[in-house]
Amino acid sequence: MAVPSTPLEDLSVAYLMEPVAAADWLIPAPVVWCLLVGSVLVMLRKRTALQPLIAIPSLMVLVFITLGLLWHVAVNGTVTMTMGRWLPPFGISFTVDLLSAFFAATSSLVALAAGIYGRSDVDDSSRRYGFYPFLLLIMAGILGAFLTGDIFNLYVWFEVLLISSFGLLVLGSRPVQLDGAVKYAFLNLIATTLFLVATGYLYGLFGTLNMADIAIKASELRGAAPLMTLVTLFLLAFAMKAAAFPVNFWLPASYHTPRIVVSAMFAGLLTKVGIYALLRILGMLFPVERQELSFLIALAAAFTMILGVMGALAQNDIRRAMGFLVISGIGVMMAGLALGSPAGLSGAILYAAHSMVVMTALYFAVGISARLGSSFKLTEAGGLYARNAAVAGLTLVLFLSVAGLPPFSGFWPKIMLVKASLDVGAWWLAGAILMTGLLTTIAVGRIWALAYWRPAPEAADGAGETPDPMDTQPLSFGATAALGGLVVITIAAGVWPEPVMALAQEAARGLLDPSAYVQSVFPVEASQ
Amino acid sequence: MRTVIFRSIAPFLTSLMVLFSIFVLLRGHNEPGGGFIGGLIAASALAIYGIACGVAAVRRAIYFHPMALSAFGLFMATVAGVLSVFASVPFMSGLWTYPVIFGVELALSSVLVFDVGVYLVVVGAIGSIALGLEEGDRD
Repeated sequence: MAVPSTPLEDLSVAYLMEPVAAADWLIPAPVVWCLLVGSVLVMLRKRTALQPLIAIPSLMVLVFITLGLLWHVAVNGTVTMTMGRWLPPFGISFTVDLLSAFFAATSSLVALAAGIYGRSDVDDSSRRYGFYPFLLLIMAGILGAFLTGDIFNLYVWFEVLLISSFGLLVLGSRPVQLDGAVKYAFLNLIATTLFLVATGYLYGLFGTLNMADIAIKASELRGAAPLMTLVTLFLLAFAMKAAAFPVNFWLPASYHTPRIVVSAMFAGLLTKVGIYALLRILGMLFPVERQELSFLIALAAAFTMILGVMGALAQNDIRRAMGFLVISGIGVMMAGLALGSPAGLSGAILYAAHSMVVMTALYFAVGISARLGSSFKLTEAGGLYARNAAVAGLTLVLFLSVAGLPPFSGFWPKIMLVKASLDVGAWWLAGAILMTGLLTTIAVGRIWALAYWRPAPEAADGAGETPDPMDTQPLSFGATAALGGLVVITIAAGVWPEPVMALAQEAARGLLDPSAYVQSVFPVEASQ
Repeated sequence: MRTVIFRSIAPFLTSLMVLFSIFVLLRGHNEPGGGFIGGLIAASALAIYGIACGVAAVRRAIYFHPMALSAFGLFMATVAGVLSVFASVPFMSGLWTYPVIFGVELALSSVLVFDVGVYLVVVGAIGSIALGLEEGDRD
């Protein structure tokens, strides 16, 4: 390119002129770090012994980066970096508020646990197919979705995480996995297409994709543009991603097929990205339309909760039961979204964070139970308590936590949500949440009683299917440590909930009043 | 497809296409072209060579595994974005330098590094798929 000979026009019209503070590099850092390490790991994909040695320290660094980002946001309020120096709304902004930073930090903790657990759960051939590279790249997608402040960019990160999740889902290439992957891929592609259609529609209406810009313009366009149609499309797309009733059937069809560590990652993180997008777009950008749709969302939420947990009650395969518990939890979060009050939204946010940690840990516990010599089938399982009381104890904590019993982390968000629904007189929604808690207790109690407390049944004479050899290898220290670490988090958040509750309430306040979000992207306009 | 004519022409065609893809890549900043389209041209060059002379010959010729090329491209593109940390500008800002080599002013930029990265990602990913399809069921 030749240098223009005429002096340039005033660059400050299009360009950010102030230098960027070093701390603001924390905003894109989680995504950049994941992409860098992920690409290095793809280059080294034949060096299977080396991969965890690079990936696990890198995930630790990632945890520190996201915790640093959380601290940065907690101290300085919402922060923005717009890529390529262009001024928003033309450049793509990464805007991080407390909700983004909180979810990013929680999800990278979960990813670290998955990295450590994966060391003993993923064999050499699966590593060659790229378990660790996909782990890092899916984290790039998840964190990008949490951090971005641009709707089309959100779509791109959804694609990144979707492609990586296809890769993770078929690690091992067993026929049952391909069967699950086809259902998963098909439904997710439909949801992504809907999301893209809705995004195109939104761009046609607003002429902008920047979320802060949309938040400003929504109030002007309301009445003039068919925003209800738009928001309903978004609701359907993200509800599909989040596995809410009645578009939830892909989840139990696929989540029991991959490696346990992959199921754990998916259960913990993927559906929560859908919930995050719902909170961000319906909760923050289109609160009026969300209010209109709230009865519909509440109805979907109640059905998701109740049918999810009933599915869990009916299952014989423990992994499938866990998949249904994931769905049930999504219903609880949707209830918070339907309420839309500060208490409701903060309950949903807190429950999402709780669910990330606990659902991942639950899948780890199921994987460990198989390694202790039990079966995934409830009819054949048994004797786990006698074999390893410590692991059985950790699992019991998780079971009580997912059921929402005190003193564990599931208790507080449920209390907040029940109270929030009673505040607006939605007694039936409160009843559904409480009923779900009761049914979950029965479902996990049944698993506990049969698989853990019951004496080991007589060895079946080779009747059942032969287990995958990786499922039955001896328990390693890393796997137990990953489980233990997550259990410590759920206990800590249960007995000392004030910090996380304050965080969730602050994050919900940021969603309900996006002025800080807007000001962070458009500092000049907001001050005029 | 393995006729004598095709097999004799294919190496020349491939080298021409690779050359053209690099030309397209380099002119891409201000004119039609760029890393993505250049990468597609290069990947089709590899595919043609594969059809004519077999997948093994292509794999020998590019030396690195296509996925590794692709990953290196992603790495380059990300590093091109990170370079802007040294100039105190946001991620992915274009940085330009104009060294004069043999009396010719050369416009070099982080954008070019990014575009080369994109080129490699596309060559690696599409090439990997094309070679995989040409290979059939064998891995």
